Amino acid sequence: MSTSTVEAARPGLEAVLKELCLTALAGLALTVPLVAYETIDAAGGLQLASRWGSTIFIVVMLVLGRFGIILLRTPGRESWVAIGGGIAAAIGVLDLFRDGMTHLLGIISWPAITPTYTLSFLTGVGGAILAIRAIVQVSRRNSSTTKADRDARAEAIGDQVRKLVKVFAAIAVVFALTLPFLPFSNRYVIDVATLIVTYVMLGWGLNIIVGYAGLLDLGFVAFYAVGAYSYALAAQHLGISFWLALPFAGLLAASFGLILGFPVLRLRGDYFAIVTLGFGEIVRIVLINWYDVTNGPDGISGIPRPDFFGLASMTRNGSDGLPPFHEYFGLEYSSEHRIIFLYYLIVAMAALVALFTVRIRKLPIGRAWEALREDDIACASLGINRTTIKLAAFGISAAWGGFAGAFFATRQGFISPESFTFIESAIILAIVVMGGMGSLVGIAIAALLLIGLPEVFRDLAEYRMVAFGAGLVMIMIWRPRGLLSHREPSVLLANRPPPGPGRPSTRPVAAAGEAAE
Amino acid sequence: MLRIEGVHTFYGAIEALKGVDLHVEEGEIVAMIGANGAGKSTLLMTICGVTPARRGQIVFDSNDITAERTDNIVRRGIACSPEGRRIFPRMSVLENLRMGALTSDPARYDDNLATVFELFPRLKEREGQRGGTLSGGEQQMLAIGRALMSEPTLLLLDEPSLGLAPLVVKQIFEAIHRINSQRRMTVLLVEQNAHHALRLAHRGYVMVTGQITMTGTGRELLENPEVKAAYLEGGHA
Repeated sequence: MSTSTVEAARPGLEAVLKELCLTALAGLALTVPLVAYETIDAAGGLQLASRWGSTIFIVVMLVLGRFGIILLRTPGRESWVAIGGGIAAAIGVLDLFRDGMTHLLGIISWPAITPTYTLSFLTGVGGAILAIRAIVQVSRRNSSTTKADRDARAEAIGDQVRKLVKVFAAIAVVFALTLPFLPFSNRYVIDVATLIVTYVMLGWGLNIIVGYAGLLDLGFVAFYAVGAYSYALAAQHLGISFWLALPFAGLLAASFGLILGFPVLRLRGDYFAIVTLGFGEIVRIVLINWYDVTNGPDGISGIPRPDFFGLASMTRNGSDGLPPFHEYFGLEYSSEHRIIFLYYLIVAMAALVALFTVRIRKLPIGRAWEALREDDIACASLGINRTTIKLAAFGISAAWGGFAGAFFATRQGFISPESFTFIESAIILAIVVMGGMGSLVGIAIAALLLIGLPEVFRDLAEYRMVAFGAGLVMIMIWRPRGLLSHREPSVLLANRPPPGPGRPSTRPVAAAGEAAE
Repeated sequence: MLRIEGVHTFYGAIEALKGVDLHVEEGEIVAMIGANGAGKSTLLMTICGVTPARRGQIVFDSNDITAERTDNIVRRGIACSPEGRRIFPRMSVLENLRMGALTSDPARYDDNLATVFELFPRLKEREGQRGGTLSGGEQQMLAIGRALMSEPTLLLLDEPSLGLAPLVVKQIFEAIHRINSQRRMTVLLVEQNAHHALRLAHRGYVMVTGQITMTGTGRELLENPEVKAAYLEGGHA
């Protein structure tokens, strides 16, 4: 954007008023049918209740927002918009956390300006967006950079980020390992962390099919379910311990992966996605209806907890002839031991998946997966047996899903088909796509955001899903290829250092670039 | 080396190859020319086993490969550089080349890589760059180089000049000539650019709607009035 844009003719008062009136009319047309009346259950049937307060608030806010956008068109007025937007954002945030702050800080509640929580949220977000736009506009005008300059700077930042990713990963590993002993950690924190790491593991498992082999699998939860049920049933009917059942659950899930793999081998793209979606539903519906085996919708309860590698029991008084954990190690009894043990268990399992993935990427089969994602036909013409490598991707991915499932079953102690609905597949897939397909660190960050943030924002109650959706949209706008879309090459020339910063990683495609030389 | 007899290939009910006979001898460059949709690419795909022949026989090094799977055909020593290059865009140049070496002996990987870099020094300069950011000519070099990494005895090239500037086309054809004369590589080339292809080739075939209508040495075909009228005049590049 250049500094010398011709100053736009200042719109006349009449034009501004006309635009604001139109905005108000459009706002009314949309809000009156949707917001102004709601049906409520009352004695004797449904009754209409009016919500004119909210309606008028929305229309006023729309007009104010529109006025902000109009002001942004005339250079020099950005500061007004920034201040106005900032005030709106502050009001929204304060109102949103009003109850929480009252509870936490003991401050006496103040009267809310925004009528409902939804409107607090929308006011906050809208104000913030306006303020940010105003600030960005000013900073762009003041800096005489061209688009090319900014691209180059983004590229340089990208290189820095790439370097930082390794540091960040190391810090994250240390953090994950020490988490239970950090001062702020308590039972709740460890529980949430366990949940997040479970999804990290699921994401890394699905990553093999989606991120590497490039096959869109919408039914990953099926393998998760198979793993969970195979451990639950094995423990209940055969009395098999967790450690024996774990490989069994993985193998069973892997064989389900192969069973699904065979019929879908010939399919590509959308068709493939639909069949995997169907497979996920089939597994769930079988679990609901096969009452004799799976106990149907009632689920399976009383799934035993894992023991401490066959040495000690994680229960208070010991079980199966094993001494309780705290006695075995001569510690005070604490109910947190079991929670911490489960946490380390899933961290270890996730670490196993990560090591496996990093390693297999450099083996011929890992390369073949990536080649398959890039170009199916070229793959065949290079002598890659597509059948084998697709099946391998399915089997391995499913096995990781199965391991995670067995862990889920033992952690919850109760499973039912309700835990394995399509939304689970969708969340795991969202984690992989948001993280940047194929990037382990990216997927871990995405899992942290997508699973951790809704936990943190429990205060928002049902509106946290709105925030969740807004977050997804924002990632898709600013990072359309995922949070970390950079891909490290798996082969480097032995005598040449890896590409350093400043080296262009993208270059405009010049069809006849050679002609010059 | 390669003998094709009475090959018919179908796409569903559509007969794309209607009884094709041809042979390629060791050390030759054979060019197959023809218009769009004549079935040239189908022929290469049939040899590779991507769209298998319904009737007829394909014999390579005295083995019948008509019904073999593509990956086994590649292992027997036929490498294919497919139409439209089809390099792996997000992989680096080096990774693309590494993918070509999946079926060859890992011990000879370094030697093969050196050979390809010697043939296309440009690829060595661009070694760490992503395939998708190369220019069209560089991508074509990469596609040929990747095919060579599998140590083939027969190289199939599908339209290597497609979408390239004339000067780049010349470079690519020179490289093919060198692969043949220095490395004694047998090449079967499918081209619309009849002028360049026939000048390069020892022998040529002309394909029209799934059938071979003419054959002869490259020079004979270049001077043939019918070929001139149909494929050379105006299309001279």
